[in-house]
Amino acid sequence: MITFILNNKTIKTPENSGMTLLDFVRYQQRLTGTKIGCREGDCGACTVLVGTLNSEGFVEYQSITSCISPLGNAHGKHIVTVEGTNLQNKLTATQHAMKANYATQCGFCTPGFVVALTGFALSNSDNNYTNALDAISGNICRCTGYKSIERAARDVVEKLENKKHQSFSWLIDNDFIPAYFETIPDRLKDLELKDLNQPKGKFVSGGTDLYVQQADNLIDNSVHLIAEKDYLKGIKIEKHTCTIGTNSTVSDLWNHTELNTHFPNLKNYLKLVSSEQIRNMASFGGNLVNASPIGDMTILFLALNSDITITTNNQKERTVALKNFYQDYKTFDLKESELIKNISFNLPTKHSYFNFEKVSKRTHLDIASVNSAIYIAVEKEVILEAHVAIGGVAAIPKYLHKTSAFLSGKPLTSTTILEASDRLQNEISPISDVRGSDNYKRLLARQLFFAHFIALFPKLFTLNDFVQHA
Amino acid sequence: MHKNKSYNILDAKLDAEYTALKKSIKNRDSYTHVRGESLYVDDVNIRQGTFHAVVFDSPKAHGKIKHIDYSKAEALEGVERILTYKDIPGKNQIGGIIPDEPLFAENEVHFCGMPIALIIAETEFIAREARRLITIDIEDLPVIITAKDAKEKGSFINEPRTFNLGDSEKAFENCEYIFEGETFSNGQEHLYIEAQGAYAEPLENGNIKITSSTQGPTAVQKTTALVLGIAMHKIEVDVTRLGGGFGGKEDQATPWAVMAALATYHLNQSVKLVLNRHDDLRMTGKRHPYESSYKIGLSKDLKILAYQVEFLQNSGAAADLSPAIAERTLFHATNSYYVPNVTTKVLSCKTNLPPNTAFRGFGGPQGMFVIESAIARAADSIGVSARTIQEANLLDENDTFSYGQVAKQVEAKNSWNSAKSLFEIESLDQEVEDFNKNNSVFKKGMAFMPICFGISFTNTPMNHARALVHIYLDGSVGISTAAVEMGQGVNTKIIQIAAQVFSIPLESIKIESTNTTRVANTSPSAASSTADLNGKATLKACNILLERLKKVASKYHKVNPDQVSLKDGFVYVDHEKSQVEWQHLISMAMIERVALTENAHYATPEIHFDKSKEKGHPFAYHVYGTSIITTTVDCMRGTYEFDSAKIVHDYGKSMSKGIDLGQVEGALIQGIGWMTMEEISYNEDGKLLSNALSTYKIPDLFSVPKHVETVPLETDGHVLAILKSKAVGEPPLMYGIGAYFAIQNAIKAFNPNYNMKFHAPMTPEKVLMGLYEKKPD
Repeated sequence: MITFILNNKTIKTPENSGMTLLDFVRYQQRLTGTKIGCREGDCGACTVLVGTLNSEGFVEYQSITSCISPLGNAHGKHIVTVEGTNLQNKLTATQHAMKANYATQCGFCTPGFVVALTGFALSNSDNNYTNALDAISGNICRCTGYKSIERAARDVVEKLENKKHQSFSWLIDNDFIPAYFETIPDRLKDLELKDLNQPKGKFVSGGTDLYVQQADNLIDNSVHLIAEKDYLKGIKIEKHTCTIGTNSTVSDLWNHTELNTHFPNLKNYLKLVSSEQIRNMASFGGNLVNASPIGDMTILFLALNSDITITTNNQKERTVALKNFYQDYKTFDLKESELIKNISFNLPTKHSYFNFEKVSKRTHLDIASVNSAIYIAVEKEVILEAHVAIGGVAAIPKYLHKTSAFLSGKPLTSTTILEASDRLQNEISPISDVRGSDNYKRLLARQLFFAHFIALFPKLFTLNDFVQHA
Repeated sequence: MHKNKSYNILDAKLDAEYTALKKSIKNRDSYTHVRGESLYVDDVNIRQGTFHAVVFDSPKAHGKIKHIDYSKAEALEGVERILTYKDIPGKNQIGGIIPDEPLFAENEVHFCGMPIALIIAETEFIAREARRLITIDIEDLPVIITAKDAKEKGSFINEPRTFNLGDSEKAFENCEYIFEGETFSNGQEHLYIEAQGAYAEPLENGNIKITSSTQGPTAVQKTTALVLGIAMHKIEVDVTRLGGGFGGKEDQATPWAVMAALATYHLNQSVKLVLNRHDDLRMTGKRHPYESSYKIGLSKDLKILAYQVEFLQNSGAAADLSPAIAERTLFHATNSYYVPNVTTKVLSCKTNLPPNTAFRGFGGPQGMFVIESAIARAADSIGVSARTIQEANLLDENDTFSYGQVAKQVEAKNSWNSAKSLFEIESLDQEVEDFNKNNSVFKKGMAFMPICFGISFTNTPMNHARALVHIYLDGSVGISTAAVEMGQGVNTKIIQIAAQVFSIPLESIKIESTNTTRVANTSPSAASSTADLNGKATLKACNILLERLKKVASKYHKVNPDQVSLKDGFVYVDHEKSQVEWQHLISMAMIERVALTENAHYATPEIHFDKSKEKGHPFAYHVYGTSIITTTVDCMRGTYEFDSAKIVHDYGKSMSKGIDLGQVEGALIQGIGWMTMEEISYNEDGKLLSNALSTYKIPDLFSVPKHVETVPLETDGHVLAILKSKAVGEPPLMYGIGAYFAIQNAIKAFNPNYNMKFHAPMTPEKVLMGLYEKKPD
């Protein structure tokens, strides 16, 4: 039985754990405030909150898109739909802000925005306008009432100014959430949780790719949920090496203080990776085995020259360099029963630099036309080591072996970079598709390669050093 | 930054707007929207035993159906029935303007996504499973994807239309400058977040009730009756609200409702048909792509003396609303400019795409894009800014449009000049110039976009509406009209009208669902005129009721009716408050056996149009405005952001400032989306490539202009606008066209070799290619 709390009600259901959470709340529970827009996590109309009891006894809430979330992942959690945020006979502070600022037009996307903003109020992230906007970065409004939604978000931030850290009672007193939220931590502790029946079947972690591509398969067949497997979790930093369990989500990375000091621009990179809702769900392992030639995180890890540890039932283990993992389009070195356990890489040193670039039709919540990352170690203007990865220009997420090798040992000059750029062009083989023509991708690959150096060494290089016109 | 005087005027204006906004009426539907309690088709409670349906559609763009094998699908457990054209008791015909579109394909398919059969099963999941088991054998026929190809092959929907003013051929002889060119504007997916859908229920005696997500309940009713071969009165269509329409549910909500009703007809059971997103994207039409060629002639002082244009409209595989949309393209071909000699021609080209359809602006934006391109091209070649030519040709009072209407209450120059002075154009220019001088990687570009948009259905007979107003015993009021609420706030506006006439609180008034049994024979909610038409009808009904109530009050107070008025919920006699409250007055009326229900009809006066001459007075009035869009292009990556959109908009006397501002900002951003990132793509076999939200991108929170400043133009409004509050749904969409030209101005600042393009949308791909384009040899 899948057991969880849905709004203010305890649910025990024998439903298939591969069913989507969205279908369960809408059609089994008739909570129709959660809307169906796209069923691929791209519009946010189905946003719900997932509350997880942490080791300190607090419940941490995150927003997710319920359309691509397996019901089984709700096991042991508190799931909140828009109905679960409603107060009796009055609006919550978030709802009021939306209404007062005319931030509803047709109303169909509205509950998703309300839930996401409520999630922001419940979260521990700093209360500021930028973070409030990030919270709704996965919500699309086709009436395009974004300016009024922005005004509503501003109001919410203003109202949260005096919020006390991790205080449900403040939020309750100030009409952000209904009073029952205070009972949730104890009720989650008391939930009689039996381990989910885990049949043999497709391994599913966050589900963000699988449910986009093969939802009908998963809904009806057995799935083996791995999101809660402890041995696949956690981010560890030991000496100079960082090891990330493949069940870690992009948000886990985002929230990791130490990693953010090693990669000061990390959040800026991750902002280009899907939306907050998806970042809360998407696992690294999933991104790696989806083997998309354009996977953002894959490109990032390739440039970090990462290794992956592969396991069978947490017993046998083997290690593969990520750059050797991919063989051809969507084929890679992983057997049926194997799972990627973790990914590890060396942290930047004081001589090394890292950059990630991505260009897509829409800057946020879009798949790249081309993305690229570079790790480069430089001492006395000589390149000691370089790893360049680029996506969208080959059948696999591409580690540029030749370009990277060429750069190593060369002086850090525009001549070196221009010569490396020629090698890069020889290593890639883009094709024309809906994300751009091959010529465009070639030009963009060149530009992003230059952009790495201009971004990392602004005192050494300007665009003029590499191209005409400027 | 706010250093000079005119910024202070602007600030004062914006502050005043903001204050007015805070006080202005809130959208009455917001309360249930924010609580997730508003009901859309898929939220309506379904009856026990309801079946679910999924459409089986053509995998090919054009071909002869040789064989279809349904046997495996039919054998699947849980499949109830599969319906095809053979199961249609009436006519297999859903064409609205021209009867050229079958509900289900018979022997041929004409576009990928063309419905062939309806699979009805216990669950949607089973129906989808069954769909995968159907095999079809189609003999390929030649596929036409582009309008140009259709023209070459002589494939058209109907006869071309031509508008003429003056003598353009002759006028070119007097032109100092003449330019010719071609333009392309791509389609646009509506992407209403609520997909198409309907729910049909059997009532007694073979009657069927359909809950539909449609902008046109009467179209659904009429077409269902035709297909089922039964009388219209047997079909009741009810619409609660739409999760977005934008024109996409004006005509194209119909087939799904008809299919659900057909299934109900056969099974005598309720049937739900809600398209999933991929089906919706694949099966429904979009904004029409246009390929156009123009010739423009200017005098030495940059007056446009002559303009000729041929619009090739890519209509898709059937007429749908294409002829009407083509007509509006001609109406708006010269935007807000006066051109004395004009010849415009439009050809609705029949291709193998899904029938393209209404989308906010209805062909107007496509027409305006061409003249703006022609002006930009001319300016670029002459060596002046496009703005100079735009400004030199703005409409004046009493200028004649190419369709014969004389322009009245013209605000083209007023809005243009207001924008220039309020937004301090000299310092904006300076900012752009300085920025571009000091930055090598980032460049700014700016563009003006004036608009002039005619309000009314261009098909004169459609300009009517009715309102049915009930005052109940307790004084509460219920109103039914033909208006469909889809986010434009028409419910709120109608409540305002009744509240104002009766002088009662907004809470006392309820807007009923839009239902064909209460308000019949309606025009769709479209053409920006829903609030005007239905609001005027409501106003009329309420005024008639008011007169009756005044009589009741005057009898009680023993005075003349004209001494009586209603204010703040009380009867006033000679402007003195009496003891008689609204509710009391209603009780008295009941005792007096006075009718407390009124049904009023409104038809727009003055308008007419003679299609044989292509002349007349088709529009009740025009809406004007001017926008200035500024963009910053990242010349390293080819990406862009919009710094600001500064707008002076002619609302008339806006009755709901917050709602109207939402329409302006929303339309603007939708227009920018059309011009920039929204790229519809079909392959040469006619398969949609931009077939999901992951491949078709619409603006998100971060892609909108950082600052949108909208200042109302102070005008008197128009008597034919409801309470002088002008229609606002479509016109501001065309402000977005400025985005296209602003980006190109930035590209030019980076790359002097850049050759201007007139091929929308301006995606990051086109920008980057343009930034690094070499001088042609």
